[in-house]
Amino acid sequence: MSLAATTSTFSFPHRHLLGIEGLSASDIHALLDLSEEAAKQSRQVVKKRDTLRGRTLINLFFEASTRTQSSFELAGKRLGADVMNMSMGTSSMQKGETLIDTAVTLNAMRPDILIVRHHAAGAVELLSQKVDCSVVNAGDGSHEHPTQALLDALTIRRHKGGFEGLIVAICGDVLHSRVARSNIILLNKLGARVRVVAPSTLLGSGMARLGVEVYTSMHEGLKDADVVMMLRLQRERMTSSLIPSQREYFHFFGLDFDKLARAKPDAMVMHPGPMNRGVEIDSRLADDARSAIREQVEMGVAVRIAVLEALARQLPNAA
Amino acid sequence: MTGRTALLNARLLDPATGLDQRGGVLIENGVIADLGPQTKAGSVGDADTIDCGGHVLAPGLIDMMVSTGEPGHEHRETLATASQAAAAGGVTTIVCTPNTDPVIDDVALVDFVLRRARDTAIVNVHPMAAMTKGLLGEEMAEIGLLSEAGAIAFNNGQTSLINTKVMRNVLAYAKDFGALIVHHVEDPFLSRDAVMNQSEVSTRLGLRGNPAAAEAIILDRDIRLVELTNGRYHAAQISCRASLDLIRAAKARGVPVSCGVSINHLSLNENDIGSYRTFFKMRPPLRSEDDRRAMVEGLASGDIDVIISAHDPQDADVKRRPFADAADGAIGLETLLGASLRLYHNKDVDLATLLRALTSNPARLLGLPSGRLAKGAPADLILIDLDTPWTVEADQLRSKSKNTPFDEAKFQGRALQTFVAGRLVYHYADARKL
Repeated sequence: MSLAATTSTFSFPHRHLLGIEGLSASDIHALLDLSEEAAKQSRQVVKKRDTLRGRTLINLFFEASTRTQSSFELAGKRLGADVMNMSMGTSSMQKGETLIDTAVTLNAMRPDILIVRHHAAGAVELLSQKVDCSVVNAGDGSHEHPTQALLDALTIRRHKGGFEGLIVAICGDVLHSRVARSNIILLNKLGARVRVVAPSTLLGSGMARLGVEVYTSMHEGLKDADVVMMLRLQRERMTSSLIPSQREYFHFFGLDFDKLARAKPDAMVMHPGPMNRGVEIDSRLADDARSAIREQVEMGVAVRIAVLEALARQLPNAA
Repeated sequence: MTGRTALLNARLLDPATGLDQRGGVLIENGVIADLGPQTKAGSVGDADTIDCGGHVLAPGLIDMMVSTGEPGHEHRETLATASQAAAAGGVTTIVCTPNTDPVIDDVALVDFVLRRARDTAIVNVHPMAAMTKGLLGEEMAEIGLLSEAGAIAFNNGQTSLINTKVMRNVLAYAKDFGALIVHHVEDPFLSRDAVMNQSEVSTRLGLRGNPAAAEAIILDRDIRLVELTNGRYHAAQISCRASLDLIRAAKARGVPVSCGVSINHLSLNENDIGSYRTFFKMRPPLRSEDDRRAMVEGLASGDIDVIISAHDPQDADVKRRPFADAADGAIGLETLLGASLRLYHNKDVDLATLLRALTSNPARLLGLPSGRLAKGAPADLILIDLDTPWTVEADQLRSKSKNTPFDEAKFQGRALQTFVAGRLVYHYADARKL
């Protein structure tokens, strides 16, 4: 029995999941409902079902990943699929094969679902045009990371009940963050008020036109926030002179108890991981009761089960 | 000591508002408590009174570009000696450059300068900090933390930040903290090994020339980056007509840029170098007479915002050398007012415009409450005798280094008394008795 059978109105009319852009609010709600079921199932002793029995799922990661790759692997296995992991850092790409050739080669192996992460924005969509199976974007450059946004949304919904009027502050390296982009699109679709908080050097141009309120001070940007979502800061931002130093970044943009005091008393703290303790988030705060960071990881598996489940219904020969 | 002093019978001149009237100023606890015609003998109670004899009472000068040798080159100048020269020249606030040894690029060094100034200087001292670590032009300095520590602006010493992307990032990042970037404009490739302005004069003298275009190219680039980032930008000093044209055009488009000019480039030109006189060697170099005229025009029209002394003490060891080998730089704190008043006496610039570029304009750019005659403003004041003739004697100047291009110059007008936060820090009549 599939999970979808429990949700009578479920429909997900997409072959791929390439981004949050392109999903409707009802698509998103349907996926979140399905994820909620998956989360319950994942807390049972017997977690495994057979929705994807006989299907082949390939994790194709051109960029290193721990939690995204392992949670897709786990999601596939819990649905009964055969899962293959390919880390392309050490494979054909290094021998000079182009992305399209890799796609054609993999397509010939007749997989059913490809989970793809690539360092170049747009690469996953390009690949999806060259294969016959379903493709899930597990992060393309600084563009989108849809399953992260979905798991963040699920975590928020479990705490706050909904999104309408919720103030969500996304803080840190917005410029380079695919997590930020997917979240901005998703939260806007669901009626939240989205803020971004970052130094000007880590904000994109025309940011305000994306439907967010732009702040360059945590003090202002966190005021009355319901959700504080921190982003990971890559070390190379320092050497490329976008910010001066770790200590300055933490002083002005790192989340600590002082800055969090500007948010609502019941504000929740999120981080997509992996965290830099003491750079973008105070170490004690990361482990505080207001932190939903561990729950995000759990919801990550649930959301990926739901996404695979939803796509399975569109696969050729689907039951 | 009552904590109250009244300066009476003065010609009050406030360049910020255009106020020009007879009256007095009442100082209480270092702040201007009242001013105007009503402040006169009999109206100020038990305050100590000083008769200004009808001379001009104006805000003390604010000099946005002063190099001292502290830390690292104390034999050239200390904060203490620079402040004494400043007080004698009517300068009540100096902004010092970060190109010291070590470079002022760390919170601890800003703190050091502020504490040394508090303990040894007799005028206000505000340090600028480095825009990039070590002034190397590669990695942005901790602009936020340095601002919190008291850095009043950011500067890359006497070099332009040549990496355009780093410059863009610095402007964008500094804006978030309201920090002002004070930038030297000079293309280092065009000016490499150059020792004076590039012209017929440099050709005759057989010296490597620095073309005016080297300045205009970087200024033009910077203006475009300001348009891109909306950052707070001030060209530390311009020296040629091409730069003035760029500033005028940018201001006409509404780009928020400002610029300074050194008193040297308002007063002197390349011909003053004569037969290789190294006290006229500076950076940017003295330009043509047409360029100097342009600087005066830009000052008069208000397109040039600020006059600086560009005080840069160098000892005889590095100045008494063949021209190409000699150090750049000239001292200027003590001669700033006298040389500036020449422009007024020559009717090049009216007095209010001249003083605005020395007081309220720099105060506005730097966010200082001083630089104006107003209730509640710090009582940083100077009494100016516009007419007293005097001759500069280099060895009588208070700077530790004597590298002035104005030795034996005849000036008309000087500071008679200088007050910092209501305290008399210089008195010409007393100084002459010593």
